Amino acid sequence: MQPEAKKALFDPLVDNNPVALQILGICPTLAVTTKLSTAFTMAIALTVVLAFSNLSISLIRKHIPNNIRIIVYMIVIASLVIVVDQFIKAFAYSISKQLSVFVGLIITNCIVLGRAEAFASKQPPVLSFLDGIGHGLGFSLVLMVVGTVRELLGSGTLFGQTVLPLTRDGGWYQANGMMLLAPTAFFLIGLLVWAVRTWKPAQVEKPEYRIRQVHRTEVL
Amino acid sequence: MSEPEHDKPTESGAASADDGVGRTLVVALVLCVACSLVVSTAAVGLHPIQEANRALDRQRNILLAAGLYTPERNVADLFGQVETRWVDLSRGRFVDPPDRDAREEQISIPRARDFAGIKTRPRYIEVYVVREDGTLHSIILPIWGLGLYSTLHGYIALAGDDNTVQGIRFYEQGETPGLGGEVDNPRWLDLWPGKRVYADGGEPRLRLVKGGVDPNAADAAHEVDALTGATLTSRGISRMLQYWFGDDGYGPFLAGLRKGEV
Repeated sequence: MQPEAKKALFDPLVDNNPVALQILGICPTLAVTTKLSTAFTMAIALTVVLAFSNLSISLIRKHIPNNIRIIVYMIVIASLVIVVDQFIKAFAYSISKQLSVFVGLIITNCIVLGRAEAFASKQPPVLSFLDGIGHGLGFSLVLMVVGTVRELLGSGTLFGQTVLPLTRDGGWYQANGMMLLAPTAFFLIGLLVWAVRTWKPAQVEKPEYRIRQVHRTEVL
Repeated sequence: MSEPEHDKPTESGAASADDGVGRTLVVALVLCVACSLVVSTAAVGLHPIQEANRALDRQRNILLAAGLYTPERNVADLFGQVETRWVDLSRGRFVDPPDRDAREEQISIPRARDFAGIKTRPRYIEVYVVREDGTLHSIILPIWGLGLYSTLHGYIALAGDDNTVQGIRFYEQGETPGLGGEVDNPRWLDLWPGKRVYADGGEPRLRLVKGGVDPNAADAAHEVDALTGATLTSRGISRMLQYWFGDDGYGPFLAGLRKGEV
């Protein structure tokens, strides 16, 4: 595989993760990670949309008039999202009920529009497609990590299978209801960002301001 | 009054040379047509499968409410024992299946009596009847109403006495997962069978109570534990039951059914 393609595909996993580094796509990360089954479906849906929106936008990139380009991206993305949503409704009905509006909200997901504008509108189709898959997988990775922690500690299950028997079912684990509420996802994403940046210090942003150390005698 | 100037040069300038109005319109038009083709093909092509899923899901919930569902058997087969009937709520009796237009007919509910928060109800409602050896085994009634921030749609099944609950299921709800969303928790749903809707005087009493049902309380037969951490969803369900089993809902129909008049 060419180094360029490799970079497009694997960089977004950790080195340029859309959630952990670019801090995009937080809304679905809060909303659908109470259960792994919904997180997994959402991850696949977003990866498919992202890969194909990148591909189609890259294919027509030379024909898109500059002044309506964002609207063109939105039309392509919205169409793909509706198609994916229709497929989920047809083939995974019970999961589509749980995901409710969140598949539709992929349209407004900053990762998709961001990649269209920053990458697909300038790069050839195959590379754009790989970039879409890469960013989709990077997003999926965060979704699965957050989903695993929330479902395991919040409901004692993984993909609906009991792992920690709950006290209310006669087991020993007292479920942590806070894990099922949205703010917990913020905490987990925060911890994740911290962990990644400790591992890869290059991702740490430069502070915008620094408090100047003033010596006592200077003030006087 | 002067119009603001529209034809300012584009900011990026680079591609503006071939970005004439005509070309922009053509690209936009072609793109819209192409995208709408893709979307409508997917929507129309998958519609039958989706409708089948929806119908199957409702049937499964009807069977679950009546306690007739077994995962080993096909839902469509099991549903064969269920008879679909129409009820005119205002007259409180079974009617012949109304025509298509009449099925759409909605009646607005006076605000003061709209406990379920649904504003209108259909004139005719589809209910489901299961008979065993000619006698009524269960009647399954659709109910819906506002919870915390979604409308809960469900079915409640009553036994042959038209008073004892056989089960309840919600097939559509958007309450908080883990809190109000626990209306789908099988352990909570298991609390319902055997509860009684109407008190001896005929008024609907079935409701959720906070802090657990005291088995010695006079009303214990009409009370179900509320959902933990979901006060508003629980209140919504209580009010929904109050509406649907009251005089504006199935009250008169069930009273007639008990007397054998319907």
